[in-house]
Amino acid sequence: MKKIKSLDDLRQMKKNLEQGMNIREKSDTPESLIQIRVAMATCGIAAGARGVMNTLIERIEKDKIPAIVTQGGCMGYCYAEPTIEVKIPGKDPVVFGNVDTAVANQIVDKYILNGELIDGVIPTNYQTINEKK
Amino acid sequence: MAQYKMHLLVCGGTGCRASQSDVIVKNLESSIKELGLSEEAQVVTTGCFGFCEKGPIVKVIPDNTFYTQVKPEDCEEIVREHVLKGRRVYRLLYEDPETQKHIEDSKHMGFYQKQLRIALRNCGFIDPENIDEYIARDGYAAIGNILAEMSPEQAIDIMKKSGLRGRGGGGFPTGIKWEIASKNKADQKYVVCNADEGDPGAFMDRSILEGDPHSVLEAMAICGYCIGASKGLIYIRAEYPLAIKRLQVAISQAREYGLLGDNILGTPFSFDVELKYGAGAFVCGEETALIHSMEGHRGEPTVKPPFPAEKGYLGKPTNVNNVETLANIPVIYLKGAEWFASIGTEKSKGTKVFALAGKINNVGLIEVPMGITLREVIYEIGGGIKGGKKFKAVQTGGPSGGCLTEKHLDTPIDFDNLLAAGSMMGSGGMIVMDEDDCMVSVAKFYLEFTVEESCGKCAPCRVGNKRLHEILEKICAGKGTEDDLEYLKNLSYVIKDTSLCGLGQTSPNPVLSTLEHFYDEYLAHVRERICIAGRCKALKLYTILPDKCTGCTACTRACPVGAITGEKRQPHVIDVDKCIRCGACYDKCKFTAIHVQ
Repeated sequence: MKKIKSLDDLRQMKKNLEQGMNIREKSDTPESLIQIRVAMATCGIAAGARGVMNTLIERIEKDKIPAIVTQGGCMGYCYAEPTIEVKIPGKDPVVFGNVDTAVANQIVDKYILNGELIDGVIPTNYQTINEKK
Repeated sequence: MAQYKMHLLVCGGTGCRASQSDVIVKNLESSIKELGLSEEAQVVTTGCFGFCEKGPIVKVIPDNTFYTQVKPEDCEEIVREHVLKGRRVYRLLYEDPETQKHIEDSKHMGFYQKQLRIALRNCGFIDPENIDEYIARDGYAAIGNILAEMSPEQAIDIMKKSGLRGRGGGGFPTGIKWEIASKNKADQKYVVCNADEGDPGAFMDRSILEGDPHSVLEAMAICGYCIGASKGLIYIRAEYPLAIKRLQVAISQAREYGLLGDNILGTPFSFDVELKYGAGAFVCGEETALIHSMEGHRGEPTVKPPFPAEKGYLGKPTNVNNVETLANIPVIYLKGAEWFASIGTEKSKGTKVFALAGKINNVGLIEVPMGITLREVIYEIGGGIKGGKKFKAVQTGGPSGGCLTEKHLDTPIDFDNLLAAGSMMGSGGMIVMDEDDCMVSVAKFYLEFTVEESCGKCAPCRVGNKRLHEILEKICAGKGTEDDLEYLKNLSYVIKDTSLCGLGQTSPNPVLSTLEHFYDEYLAHVRERICIAGRCKALKLYTILPDKCTGCTACTRACPVGAITGEKRQPHVIDVDKCIRCGACYDKCKFTAIHVQ
């Protein structure tokens, strides 16, 4: 191990290290973040969900977007896999279908960063038990 | 650090380890490897999550899924279902005792919702054996900033403004303590961390050292800079092997990075830490006794003054702080004194860690802002009383504290309110009692502890506590008189007033507070010879209900003293004078015909 010789060294080191911890920091305050859930059931994975998830995670890290990517189970939209659900704080969740890596980048650029919807939105017609009071 | 998409945090505290959490780590890792997910998921051994009731705990990040009571054989399923396919393993989720619904993530658990974790901020969050994870969370940034920008006086001033008070029990303002030690001139001064956690039922210091040792080391270095000490000592009991191991790892990592040792971060300031082991005597939590023990002498207290700040370890000015106090310190410097002072009540700032134990659903470690009510702690965080029984009292402050009763449920908890209620903060043990607990026996239990732990140096504590214990035993044995109650009270005050150190000065508190709040129960013991809770064996009255007794003679054969007589198939009778109240008949009877009063 290398000695840390100054406060600047320490700060630089923190910067290099924090990336690995970001996911834990973010998950500590999930409500205030954009939550992206990638459907990762068998059909989702077969259609390429894992690649989509990786792309999203890399984009978020690169552009320092306050978002968190989680895995979800099957959402039932088998005809449109891979599907992802994006929930921006204060807004209703939006589900996108047929998301490949290119579409994933588009979603980040247009919807997440600029609030514009893109093609491929699946109208949500469900409520989850968490919302039902 | 590599970029993982999923972190599986496994509790590596003493409690969860005892239930094989180390095997769980191995199994998770091998399952992850088998399924080719090594690039995606990381298994991290962390400190205590606090939810010890349902350990071992595995928490999955980023979705905060909180798996409880995980067994080594569950690991494969967790990896196959959750890591690979994103499906939670429902049967392992925490089940809300009230609604009986599975709770998907820790953010929705009542246990965590009211908590504010400052001292425990890294426990259950980072790997305590990896200094990099501590640095990633701004570790050692506080000492770095202080060394670069502040004089010791300025740093002490921040500590004073924060309003932090000692968490070991006394509640003395930390900033003032530092200021006194800094003003005493000497060629060598010492910073001592008191990790001699002795209260029965309290384990916050252990959990902090196991889960976040670096925050304690960093705080000691800060204190060293403030008071002008270059040496730190941690006095820790040898019966905390895991905490000792994690501290050793942390010290050697900090030394390798140059965060302990000479010229820290290129400044003239040097500071190093050494461990000193104690044999686990309660009295050694008292600072003068602690210092004597560290010097190799008997762990006996001496009269203060001189205070350790003037004449401490090896006769040099010494500043002693408790583990939890120290764990608060780095954050105070990072976030500011105003931030810390905005939490809590007027005279008690910040948070306090409590160890919940006893008849409560969620046994574990919690950290809450000062000023929270007992009701919130017991019913919302603690999940209420076990088995739906009735709340009777909660003992705070361990053997030095007292009982709080139903009428205190809505009192905001802080140092001063607890003292006013006849108890004390102590180190933060909270033992919850229900209607089945006999308060005389509770007082007796604590006295048994203090009699055992008294060092014997001064007579009031050595002899007085023994006498108190004898009287309590007499009352529990059904031989007490009303005069005894008066005697108990008087003797208690004498011990309090004349004992040398904090141990004796507080040891009668459990007696006094139970006498005050549960005088009826004492009276019932000595007047009617009844133990309302049915705890005191000698005060139990066993009778046979004639209409339920079938005359099977099972009890007759079970009775060791031949106190039960009766014809076959006829109701039997217990001879009260012969009966030794052992309860053998009660256990044997299949027809619930034995009645206990």
